[in-house]
Amino acid sequence: MGAKISIPVRRIDAKEKAGGWTKYIGDYQFKNLQHGRFLRSERARAKIIEIKKPDFPEGYYYIDASDIPSSGKNNIQMIKDDWRVFAVSDVKYIGETIAVILGPDKQKVLDLLNQIEVIYEDLVPAFTFDDALSCKGGAVYGDNNIFSEYLLNVGNVDNAFKDAVKIVEGKYETGFQEHLYMETQGLVGAWEDEKITIYASSQCPFYIRKSVAVTLGVPVGDIRVRQTTTGGAFGGKEHFPDVIATPLAVAVNKVKKPVAMIYDRIEDISFTSKRHPSKITIKTGLDKNNNIIAMDIDTLVNGGAYESSTTIVLQRAILHGIGVYNIPNARIRGRAVATNTFPSDAYRGFGAPQGLFAIEMHMSHVADELGLDSSDFRRKHFIKTNDITITNAKMHDEVKLPEMFAKIDEMSDYSSRVKKYTDDPVKGIGIAFVNHGGGFTGNGEQAIIKGVVKMKRLEGGKAGLYVSVVEMGQGLQTTMRKIAAKELGLDYEDIVYDNPDTDIVPDSGPTCASRSIMVVGFLVQECAKKLKAKWNEGVGVEAEDVYKHPDELIWEQETLQGDAYPSYGWGINVVEVEFDPVTYEVKTTGIWAVWDIGVAIDEIIMQGQSSGGVIQALGYASIEKCELKNGAFMQHTMADYTIPTSLDFPKVETCFIDNPYKYGPSGAKGAGELVFDAAPPAYAEAVQNAIGKRIYDIPVTPEMIMGALK
Amino acid sequence: MKEIKFILNGKEVSVEADPLKRLLDVLREDEKMTGVKEGCGEGECGACAVLKDGVLVNSCMIPLGAAEGSEIVTPEGIRETDKGKCIIDAFGDAGAVQCGFCTPGMMMATEALLTINNKPNESEIREALSGNLCRCTGYDLIVKGVQIASERGKDLW
Ligand code: FES
Ligand code: FES
Repeated sequence: MGAKISIPVRRIDAKEKAGGWTKYIGDYQFKNLQHGRFLRSERARAKIIEIKKPDFPEGYYYIDASDIPSSGKNNIQMIKDDWRVFAVSDVKYIGETIAVILGPDKQKVLDLLNQIEVIYEDLVPAFTFDDALSCKGGAVYGDNNIFSEYLLNVGNVDNAFKDAVKIVEGKYETGFQEHLYMETQGLVGAWEDEKITIYASSQCPFYIRKSVAVTLGVPVGDIRVRQTTTGGAFGGKEHFPDVIATPLAVAVNKVKKPVAMIYDRIEDISFTSKRHPSKITIKTGLDKNNNIIAMDIDTLVNGGAYESSTTIVLQRAILHGIGVYNIPNARIRGRAVATNTFPSDAYRGFGAPQGLFAIEMHMSHVADELGLDSSDFRRKHFIKTNDITITNAKMHDEVKLPEMFAKIDEMSDYSSRVKKYTDDPVKGIGIAFVNHGGGFTGNGEQAIIKGVVKMKRLEGGKAGLYVSVVEMGQGLQTTMRKIAAKELGLDYEDIVYDNPDTDIVPDSGPTCASRSIMVVGFLVQECAKKLKAKWNEGVGVEAEDVYKHPDELIWEQETLQGDAYPSYGWGINVVEVEFDPVTYEVKTTGIWAVWDIGVAIDEIIMQGQSSGGVIQALGYASIEKCELKNGAFMQHTMADYTIPTSLDFPKVETCFIDNPYKYGPSGAKGAGELVFDAAPPAYAEAVQNAIGKRIYDIPVTPEMIMGALK
Repeated sequence: MKEIKFILNGKEVSVEADPLKRLLDVLREDEKMTGVKEGCGEGECGACAVLKDGVLVNSCMIPLGAAEGSEIVTPEGIRETDKGKCIIDAFGDAGAVQCGFCTPGMMMATEALLTINNKPNESEIREALSGNLCRCTGYDLIVKGVQIASERGKDLW
């Protein structure tokens, strides 16, 4: 880590948060606050025959689709707008919003909610991939339940398979994952200055503004969204707050009083979006020298009842479908299906972890089939700079995987341990190699977002930074200040950067897709340079910068051809485990991580991302089981959906390799999602080496191990 | 409804409420001690951790009645003490704070640990924090924060 900017500073928000001074949405006091609760569908697929309501006392309201102004729409304007604000006449998943019940007393609101009886006529629901593909009960979406379908192709796969001397096939599945941010979903809608203001624990204030404006049928400027300090998000507060904000805004519009919609934990686990489950089949053809000459992949993701961001998640899953390898002839068919499960949505990695889990396990299985060392086999197939990618473009990144492998091998003693554990009955070690495209897919940064940032010279030698990306734990309040301060020659504490308010900041786009530092941070750097040049014009002078896609990058969105991402972060994880042959429990005994994120804007903040991302991913790979029963999640509490505690995993030994990216601030690339991608396959490979049986699915639970060993 | 008295951060308070009301709600709503967070409401996460007569407890699991006559300390009660400042600074220097929602509870758990063991090793720290969930950090830098606090605060605890 050589760059000066990487030298850590104390996080600007650390003290206030640690001491409990920082206010989160549930900590604010609003005068005359009303409490809202959702009436939700209890059926996965049904017609609503009748809703029997008790008499509502004065001051208590039942708000539904009929309260949407005639200029508005009962659709939530997200990436797609098929998700309804309120269900009318039928329901498509358990938990779908039917109405908002609100009033001054929380308990009274709950009592009213409990007295409401919805009479349904059940229809036949579809839950699984097979249900979806066979259109069980009739299509949930369109006429075939396919939200979207893509076919990526490089080379000539069918011909190459004819030349193959060996073919290996595998099928890989991943499950739902709950975000389990420590602060539950929460928004307060208020009526202030004759307009609706939404206070939101959220990643994307401008997303909320747009969806609320469309629902109410008013110009976006009539809606104000203020982000409140967000107690974790991980993608769960990217689009999902829109699902709360839109009915909430309809309610506020009607009662003209502040209304709080703050989930308790049971609601949050039961009725929020999860990571998309996936089912990926991979077939690989090899020549006589054990080189991969062909690969055919079929990818399915379950989007649930509404599309929302599912198509983009599918894109990312297939764009990462052949991982970090150079496969001359490869084909990926990707389909996103509709079912009657809770709509799946954004979660750290956004489809990439699913695609990467499958390819990494498969590469391990192919090596095993050939009797080769799994890491040697994978390393032989590494993509190199200028090799052709799955989207028929050149890999522009300088690929430092060989150097990174040497580093992790030295840190973890991987090569000698893997040999040592070959015949060990209980110990195992696994490795995984990944990359993660930073920013929106293709030219999305230009075509969809076109981010803007603004800066201003303030009194007292300070500068104001106006961006719409938010601090949600990842350190943006500090790293953005460091980027701006470096150019202005100021101290990072002299940069003023408040929680975004859509009435004040320009739209720099959402806080997602590992874009905040790489894309918005670069704009901040360039904007700060402009402000520096004008600094002497005096207090109040402003500068602005707008995103411009690098000319050399080309992209065809319809067919997904060209430069899929401006650049990639790269990573390797090694995980070592020991399993107990009596209880089938697995204990992780070592975790190592090497990352190429360009340049770290702050080394300690990035260590925090590495440890946090890896441990969250290890939870996904091992203990975080989220199952469906008749369309409802079976896990409702933190006792039955368990996440890693401080005792479950040892320290993550992390190292960063510098590899500056020319369009990143000080060379930084995306990092927040990359750190999630490698641990699941590394863990699963470690377990499979320990137990001597192949692993195809995660989470790898003791029951699964027991089954594999029987 | 009953009048219940207890000591909150060194001052006697009296609350007129249902004795079954959760101490967490009394602290947050009646006493405006919003440093106490609700993460789960079922004793699993430690975000609502406070000290009750010196012992770390989850305030969401304590009915107000059970707090009668006891001494309750919330993050507000220690953040300006030397010990509290030492922990907060150590957390800041270690990078232990991310979204921060778990952190006041982590501070309480650290205070409770260092009070009984001012030189904990890594596994003792991990044990002591195991009732406090954090989704952001993976715990490594919180553990480091506790180590720094224990080194710097050797004369405090
Ligand atoms: S809120 Fe009390 S333990 Fe989680
Ligand atoms: S810092 Fe976010 S939960 Fe711990």
